Parts: sequence; C-alpha cells; structure tokens
Amino acid sequence: MSPTLMPTSIQPSRDPAVQYVLRLADTCLILGQRLGEWCGHAPVLEEDIALTNTALDLIGQARALLTHAGQIGAQKGAPLLGEDQLAFLREERDYLNVTLVELPRGDFAFTVVRNAMVATFLKLMWQRLAESSDAELAAIAGKAVKEARYHQQHAGDWVVRLGDGTAESRQRVEAALESLWRYTPELLEDDAVDEQAAASGLGPRWSELRVPWLADMAMLLDEAGLVVPKDSAFRSTGKRGVHSEHMGHILPEMQYLQRAYPGGTW
Amino acid sequence: MTTQNEWPLWEVFVRTKAGLDHKHCGSLHATDAKMAIQLARDVYTRRQEGSSLWVVRSDQIVASDPGDKAMFFDPMEDKVYRHPTFYALPESVDHM
Repeated sequence: MSPTLMPTSIQPSRDPAVQYVLRLADTCLILGQRLGEWCGHAPVLEEDIALTNTALDLIGQARALLTHAGQIGAQKGAPLLGEDQLAFLREERDYLNVTLVELPRGDFAFTVVRNAMVATFLKLMWQRLAESSDAELAAIAGKAVKEARYHQQHAGDWVVRLGDGTAESRQRVEAALESLWRYTPELLEDDAVDEQAAASGLGPRWSELRVPWLADMAMLLDEAGLVVPKDSAFRSTGKRGVHSEHMGHILPEMQYLQRAYPGGTW
Repeated sequence: MTTQNEWPLWEVFVRTKAGLDHKHCGSLHATDAKMAIQLARDVYTRRQEGSSLWVVRSDQIVASDPGDKAMFFDPMEDKVYRHPTFYALPESVDHM
C-alpha cells in the first residue's frame, strides 16, 4: 500500500462574502503575529504585557472570523475549512490582509503608530459590523469592538506621548507616520468584494470608513503635535492577495508547526 | 536600585466585584496616572480579576516605620477582651 500524501496547502473559497471576512480575519491575524514578536522585547515589562495582550485580542478576533469564513464557504458549496487550516495551510496569495500589517515590526514608535491606525480602522469596522445582516458576524463584532476601543486608546496615548516627548521620540514617531501613511489608503477604498457585502448587508464598503477614520486620526495627530502626511499615489494590494516581500517571511514562521506536524493540537 | 531614568512606581489596587474592597495586588512602573491605570489593567486584570482599579504613586504612601513595630503593635497582644467574642452573650442574643 502506498502512503497517502496529506494535502499540504488548502485553498479557500473565492466567494466574495468569504473574501470580505478573510480580509478582516487576516488583517487581525497578521498584526497579531507581528505584535507577538514584541514578546520579551518591549521597552518595559508592563508594555511587553500590554502589547501581547493586544496581540492575543487580535488573534482571538482572527480565530472567530476564520471559523466563520470557513462556515460561509461551506454554505456556498466549498469543503468546510476550520480556523487552523485557514490560518496555517494557505499559500501567500490566498492571505487577504492589508499590506500595512505585514510590514516588519520596526521600532516602538512604528509599532504604536501602526496599532493606532489599525485599531481606529477596526473600531469603526466593528461598530458597523455589529449591525451586519449576518448574526454571527454581528456577535463577533459586538465583542471585538470593546477590545478595539482599548487598543485605540492605548496606542493613541503612546503616539501623543512620543509626539510630545523628546526630540528623539518625536523624530521616530514622525518617521513612522511618514512611512506608514502610504499604506493606509488600502484600508479606506472599496472594490467588487465590498459592493457584494454592502448589497447583502454583510458589512460596509471599506470606503465608508474613510471619513470617520481620517477624522479620528486627524484628532489624534493634532493632539500629538504631528502633521497629517500628504497623500501619495502608491496603492498597496495585500487585500487582493498581492503582498509585499515581507509576507513571505512571516508565513514560514507562523506556519511551521502545522506544516511540520500536520493536524497537531496541544 | 533605582536610576534617574526609571519611571515612577505605582501601587495597584483591584476590586474584584462591586461591593467588595479594593485590595492591594502589586506595583508597576508608569510615567503618569493614565498610563498607570492602563498598565494596571494589562498587568493585573488579565484573568478577569477586576471590575475597578485604583493606582497611587508609591512615594505618596506614608507607611509605619518597621522600627516602631514593637511599640506600635506588641501592646495589643494581651488585650483579648477587645475581641467581640471575649464576652459571653445573653442567651436571647443568638448567633452573633
């Protein structure tokens, strides 16, 4: 008898509703993975715990969303995929997180500016998804919005502290803002996947969050004494599966255990 | 050992649920009160320990001098009559 090869990679359903949920799930998952890299490396012990708490909140949100994405896929006729399969057995092009969250973790200023950007986006998104026509997604959002609100406050306070701190902290937070800002339009624009979600009542077009996101960020940056950077023509494309060169380096580390010990649980 | 650059120390008090006391549970470093409250939340209430938090700068706490321990506390040792259980209660006052 010849040995059966285990399927090494899986492909998620290409259904727009699945993609809509995966974009959000993967954005939470990959930022959670990036924040996990701070474990044991944050500037002070207390902040080390705070950052990993945030990472665990994000991974919890990703788990719920991945499970749900698998279920929606199954309803649309695809094989049922679980959270672990979706998290650990996809190929790079099938991850639909925004490019912003896959960028290397950078210094502490880079980390808190990105966290403030993503938490602001997620808070607004969860608020809208709490009214989703999909009851499960609405329930996930109702729980997650509390977490996002805290992440936004905690990261935002750091942006203010660094912006209004020493010459070095200000220089670092300005540099972080400058390099991250060009990745934010991807959070605030829509495409065919959003049209379907809006039509079915699943969730808002991401572009609908543009105005409130910019308002929240402008208020924060003003408090920090920072200037809103100029828009650029650059558009990142992570949510359509076309990632930066950094994505390929996260996946081996993140997927190693499931690839080495398929189906392993602990 | 403290250095000049170290953030101030704060004492953290957690109330587990409404109606109970805030209990001292530890300390942490933070630059200001707002950060101290947030970090207290992150460090000391990760397992649903809390519904309310107090923080106070450690250097604002006035403590009794350990050298005064004998003078302060030993004299109470032989005054058991201060415990309410010392006195026999009339039978009509049941289960006190």
